[in-house]
Amino acid sequence: MDIYRAHVLCCGGTGCTSSGSAQLIQRFEEKIKENGLDKEVKVIRTGCFGLCEAGPVVIVYPEGTFYSRVKVDDVDEIVTEHLLKGRKVQHLVYSDHATHEQNANKSLQDINFYKHQHRIALRNCGVIDPENIDEYLAFDGYKALEKALTTMTREQVIEEILKSGLRGRGGGGFPTGLKWKFAAASVADQKYVACNADEGDPGAFMDRSVLEGDPHAVLEAMAIAGYAIGASEGYIYVRAEYPIAVKRLEIAIGQAREYGLLGENIFETGFNFDIKIRLGAGAFVCGEETALMRSIEGKRGEPTPRPPFPAVKGLFAKPTMLNNVETYANVAQIILNGADWFASMGTEKSKGTKVFALGGKINNTGLVEVPMGTPLRTIIYDIGGGIPNGKKFKAVQTGGPSGGCLPAELLDTPVDYDNLIAAGSMMGSGGMIVMDEDNCMVDIARFFLDFTVDESCGKCAPCRIGTRRMLEILERIVNGKGEEGDIEKLENLANTIKATALCGLGQTAPNPVLSTIKFFRHEYEAHIREKKCPAHHCQALLSYVIDPSKCRGCTACARVCPGGAISGEVKNPHVIDPSKCLKCGACIEKCRFGAISKQ
Amino acid sequence: MPDNKDKYEQLNQVIAELKDQPGALMPVLQRAQGIFGCVPMDVQKIIAEGLGVTLSEVYGVATFYSQFRLEPNGKYTISVCLGTACYVKGSQKVLDRLSEELKTPVGKTSPDGLFTLNATRCLGACGLAPVMTINDEVYGRLVPDDIPGILAKYREQA
Repeated sequence: MDIYRAHVLCCGGTGCTSSGSAQLIQRFEEKIKENGLDKEVKVIRTGCFGLCEAGPVVIVYPEGTFYSRVKVDDVDEIVTEHLLKGRKVQHLVYSDHATHEQNANKSLQDINFYKHQHRIALRNCGVIDPENIDEYLAFDGYKALEKALTTMTREQVIEEILKSGLRGRGGGGFPTGLKWKFAAASVADQKYVACNADEGDPGAFMDRSVLEGDPHAVLEAMAIAGYAIGASEGYIYVRAEYPIAVKRLEIAIGQAREYGLLGENIFETGFNFDIKIRLGAGAFVCGEETALMRSIEGKRGEPTPRPPFPAVKGLFAKPTMLNNVETYANVAQIILNGADWFASMGTEKSKGTKVFALGGKINNTGLVEVPMGTPLRTIIYDIGGGIPNGKKFKAVQTGGPSGGCLPAELLDTPVDYDNLIAAGSMMGSGGMIVMDEDNCMVDIARFFLDFTVDESCGKCAPCRIGTRRMLEILERIVNGKGEEGDIEKLENLANTIKATALCGLGQTAPNPVLSTIKFFRHEYEAHIREKKCPAHHCQALLSYVIDPSKCRGCTACARVCPGGAISGEVKNPHVIDPSKCLKCGACIEKCRFGAISKQ
Repeated sequence: MPDNKDKYEQLNQVIAELKDQPGALMPVLQRAQGIFGCVPMDVQKIIAEGLGVTLSEVYGVATFYSQFRLEPNGKYTISVCLGTACYVKGSQKVLDRLSEELKTPVGKTSPDGLFTLNATRCLGACGLAPVMTINDEVYGRLVPDDIPGILAKYREQA
């Protein structure tokens, strides 16, 4: 094996690829060769580093120098200065949002964004080349499978997972070990292990990052699960919208088969296990377990009533055990390090760590993995670097379309399954979207209901009809046509839908509305009674006004107004005619004196 | 057309290759869309016959999933992310501006057949929000005023 004195790690996750990391890698390889360094320095395309905001990200080892927002034109300088002469390129080094500190000597682990994190599920993301099984093997890869197959009984494997306290990371939070136990107890000629990689929550991308950055971790865990429940076949149901993840899964499955880690007689124990990939086709409801199985069967992805539970009658009417990607990503580590190690992290009922996709109005957009029980404040301010542009925090949305919006008063809530539910939201798959004072909470509720209405499969009436009625009421409110009693109507509908919908999608769909009513009722009331949007977001409720004391009469606004609503003489204050104003906001952008405001 | 004949041959090969595996309908539809760019009725009929299922079942599946199209897309497919992270950063305004510039409602193809405008769920590039893609090209940190310039670039190419 060749030994290199330095490694250049370039992020090849979707975020960084979107901002041009593929071109960077090519350029690095060219430049390194040009300088005769190709025997000394190796370029590696890794999975996601997590700090997508700073992408494309490049890390140079052994120093661990963290370069951010690197452009193709910067590559020459990094190669000739850092790699050739050993001088770090100070001006390209990551700069901390909060402290503005740009310290080339700080390695990754010392940066605020990473300091508070504890990576188990993401342990190999951004560390290894996901397309090379040897790198996974070098990081204890497939050791847990070997341990399980050669030294543990099936019951012991299940017991270990049960004892670890691992709960489903897809949203429900059902104890994983219990799921395995039920599936193991079913008697059938054929059983299946399935992996839910149909990550549909808007703004959540942790599963994609695991698949892109560490696909073997999922394959290994599925094989362990197969052994534990007595299944010889596995299916991964992955979104077609994740082409990089699909490609790396295909490569990983091929390599694992080649090494005899999938297929027949694994580790010469007589255990057979193989995995197939099935692509989703863009239906959010297929994240629900019974709908997902119908979809793998090639049918419309409509949920079916439970019981029978999938552990008894699932895929192709055989006992099936379905876990989410992030859940699987923890399994090998639990088998290797023991249940006690895993259970030592987290809170009483939520063990281990959780990955969150931090996004929205936050400085450090990206993926973070923290021990369960970490307060929201730590995640948003210490890791996330707070709210950009000096704006005020308003709410954090967790759990996607099934979750809720939590206000500033709840920022000290330690994040775990039960605390989030008690606070009126839920863990969901781990989306965490931060909103500032400019976001209207009624409009956010409308946004999520719009999503649910679009994605409802239409099988049961509460979800198909009920969510549409809720959306209509919300649309009325944001358009200034809200009526007294609308809030009560929304609550009534919400509670009925929660109690009667067939599957998780419908049962949780009203949550964004209920939580915003609970914490931001005054915003609903302002829309309905005063016909005002406190966040100045809802267009129908806005009026644009020119402050005569600030207006210099430069006519810039009048010239740009598409509706001809602004009049006035040169060098004299102008006025906006509200009956002609289209509320497009073009005038505000043009005004150099800050004279125009939304009210 | 010889070109098209070739496509139907490919489709029949796909059907022959996959028909014995369980749950073949979705993979066949996906591959068919890869060949034809969409799954129009005549293609669905061939699939139904080939797999021995009813046409209503094929149509039911093809219309259930948003990925399947019954009509072809324009030369350039524009997908604006309406995931939560993009939405709170103003992607709706980007979408509105596109719809206005193209004189095309969301989900439709522009009158000149060049652009298909879609609103899409999270693309997962939340660090670049608001994001859109035009075919495989990604555009991030957009403001509505970026739109005319970007569209002009594609119109010139076409």
